[in-house]
Amino acid sequence: MKSKLIVNVSPHLHKDESVSKIMWMVVISLIPAGVAGVLIFGLDALWVILLGIVSALITEWIIQLLTKRRVTILDGSAFLTGLLLAYNLPAKVPFWLPVVGSFFAIAIGKQVFGGLGQNIFNPALVGRVFLVASWPKYMTTFTPPQNFDAITSATPLAIIKEGRILEKISYLNLFFGNRGGCIGEVCIFALVLGALFLFIRGYISWHIPITYTVVVGLFTYIFGQKGLFTPPLRAGAGFGGDWLLHILSGGLILGAFFMATDYVTSPLTRCGQIIFGIGCGLITAIIRLWGGYPEGVSYAILMMNAATPIIDRYTKNRIYGTKI
Amino acid sequence: MVRLEEHKTEAENKAIEKMPQPSRVYIPLSQHLGKICSPEVKIGDSVFVGQRIGSVQAHVYAPVHASVSGKVTFVQDWPHPALGRCKAIVIESDGKDNNSRTYEPTNLRTEIGEFTPEKIKKIVLEAGIVGMGGASFPTHIKLNPPKPVDTLIINGAECEPYLTGDYRLMVEKTKEILQGIELVARCLGVKQIYIAIEDNKPEAIKQFGVRSSQFLVKVLKSQYPQGGEKQLIKNILGKEVPSGKLPFDIGIVVHNVATVFAVYEAVYLNKPLYERVVTVTGSCISNPKNLLVRIGTPIKDLIDFCGPLKEEPAKIIIGGPMMGIAQFSDKVPVIKSTTGVLLFNEKEASFNEELPCIRCGACVRECPIFLMPTLISLASQKELWSQAKIYGASDCIECGLCNYVCPANIRLVQNIKRAKLEVIR
Repeated sequence: MKSKLIVNVSPHLHKDESVSKIMWMVVISLIPAGVAGVLIFGLDALWVILLGIVSALITEWIIQLLTKRRVTILDGSAFLTGLLLAYNLPAKVPFWLPVVGSFFAIAIGKQVFGGLGQNIFNPALVGRVFLVASWPKYMTTFTPPQNFDAITSATPLAIIKEGRILEKISYLNLFFGNRGGCIGEVCIFALVLGALFLFIRGYISWHIPITYTVVVGLFTYIFGQKGLFTPPLRAGAGFGGDWLLHILSGGLILGAFFMATDYVTSPLTRCGQIIFGIGCGLITAIIRLWGGYPEGVSYAILMMNAATPIIDRYTKNRIYGTKI
Repeated sequence: MVRLEEHKTEAENKAIEKMPQPSRVYIPLSQHLGKICSPEVKIGDSVFVGQRIGSVQAHVYAPVHASVSGKVTFVQDWPHPALGRCKAIVIESDGKDNNSRTYEPTNLRTEIGEFTPEKIKKIVLEAGIVGMGGASFPTHIKLNPPKPVDTLIINGAECEPYLTGDYRLMVEKTKEILQGIELVARCLGVKQIYIAIEDNKPEAIKQFGVRSSQFLVKVLKSQYPQGGEKQLIKNILGKEVPSGKLPFDIGIVVHNVATVFAVYEAVYLNKPLYERVVTVTGSCISNPKNLLVRIGTPIKDLIDFCGPLKEEPAKIIIGGPMMGIAQFSDKVPVIKSTTGVLLFNEKEASFNEELPCIRCGACVRECPIFLMPTLISLASQKELWSQAKIYGASDCIECGLCNYVCPANIRLVQNIKRAKLEVIR
């Protein structure tokens, strides 16, 4: 008999699951959207993605070395942050932009709070919002899709925001990504593929992303131009009540399925997650319809991230044998 | 609740095998929840099988009995599977198996029909019967609830992976268990009787299904922790035991099949609880078995009997893999609540490094009590006991499911157990 037996507290069985496996699964689910982005915008997109990832990994590595903590750059979480940040950038940006963005995302968005699991805000979105605030010109200059019958380089949402008339854009074009936009957000088809993979494997549930999407759709349908409350005189100037366009444009699908669902920064219970999804949907729709920006996904998710602790507090599960 | 890998095929078709008497038994004076017994024999005394050797003046206790005949050689501290160490009476067997039974079991049949609940309770107390599913709460107290109860649930779920002892009892001793149920029901005066069996035990369901008339066999989905008292009550009756209360508060009593079988043996055979069925299995065991073992037999004897070992075990668990206790020595004896002995190899015993919580919510979704384990664990690590209390730490049943599903390998049960102790204090 062994002289030393292992003694620890039960349980003695563990599910075959790990944090890094989850992270890499999300990375895999994002591959189709990346491939689509490169096909649509060309090799520039690939460089932005690679720079974003490498810079995120190096930042994490250096900070962990400096703070004398264990280096965990292979756990997939920094990789995922870099990837998501790059997906939120236009394809033609100066090479230093993804580098600075990833640095900010990892250093300020994640490590300042204490690293994995400790951050309040989604790190990739912190990075993106920092870039939008600092270099708005680069962040809103979109390249036209190269291999498709190019329509326009501005995003559909930006065109609407400026009050111009959106021409020649079909839902099918939007669905397959034939439009201007950020690298990872344009091809809805690829994003839906990835999201389905995560659903089937049980890594995400419908509670946040579907609620989020449905609320944006409903809200823009009711309050959008040509919607219920729009005076008829402005009809024709926009796309009133066009909920499908709102769902298919901008970063809604990328945000709802891959960023709002971030475990660390979203509520723990199903009930909390539905509230979170509704909140994201409302804020996104309000910004898009009446705010200063054409797009509201990043801010909506970040604001709801901030609300997560309080949502958690008020959506505790009913414990067995107690009344609510 | 979660469907776990069952690992039951290894032993489920092995009929209960009587293990030869050990040469020496170590009988701990505490094998139950409640007050520890005082020895009633001294070194050098001769004892016979079934002789009471430890008892105490208390309400919550169960006496202990000699499981072999022979001489008392020591009364000393000895490794104990649940308590770490405990005073134990060591008996050197003379191999004769001398018995103390005063009357022939065959003559009892008519007499038992006249046994009053009081008489049955007295026999159960004197036989030292405790809950044999693992909790080891003295059975005579559960036969004597302070409030009237109307429902009896017989727990044959055996939801822990690897364990098959209850299953074998249900298949091989169906008639005896039913007679035991009748006795328990007579004590409690219940109106409804349910026998709960998981659907991975079709043979047992068939056995009871054929003979049933006054009771209902409830087939439950095999998922963990289906056999937990609170889960059984919810899944069978759709009721919840109020937080901080016991099942009898809502008119329900739950007894394990092995306990009911022990009640049968005590009443019909005049036999105290000095042996029980133990499943010996795990990847290191070459011949997994369900053994009828004398209480006090060192687990090393059981392991040798099922040997030779396929490989050196890195972990020895008494009980099931989800709630069982890892042992520091193979000297620990089988006690009344020992359901199984599992030997895990290096790979199965290894556990991964603990990482920060990523708030994936798996523990929150799977908790059968609907707690938020990660938040209790966090409060416990920060020693915020009032916080842990608000989150319901004391309602935790320690089933281990949160820890099982955690991708960050956080020792949730360990942290929550600590919080529970502090909250109760």
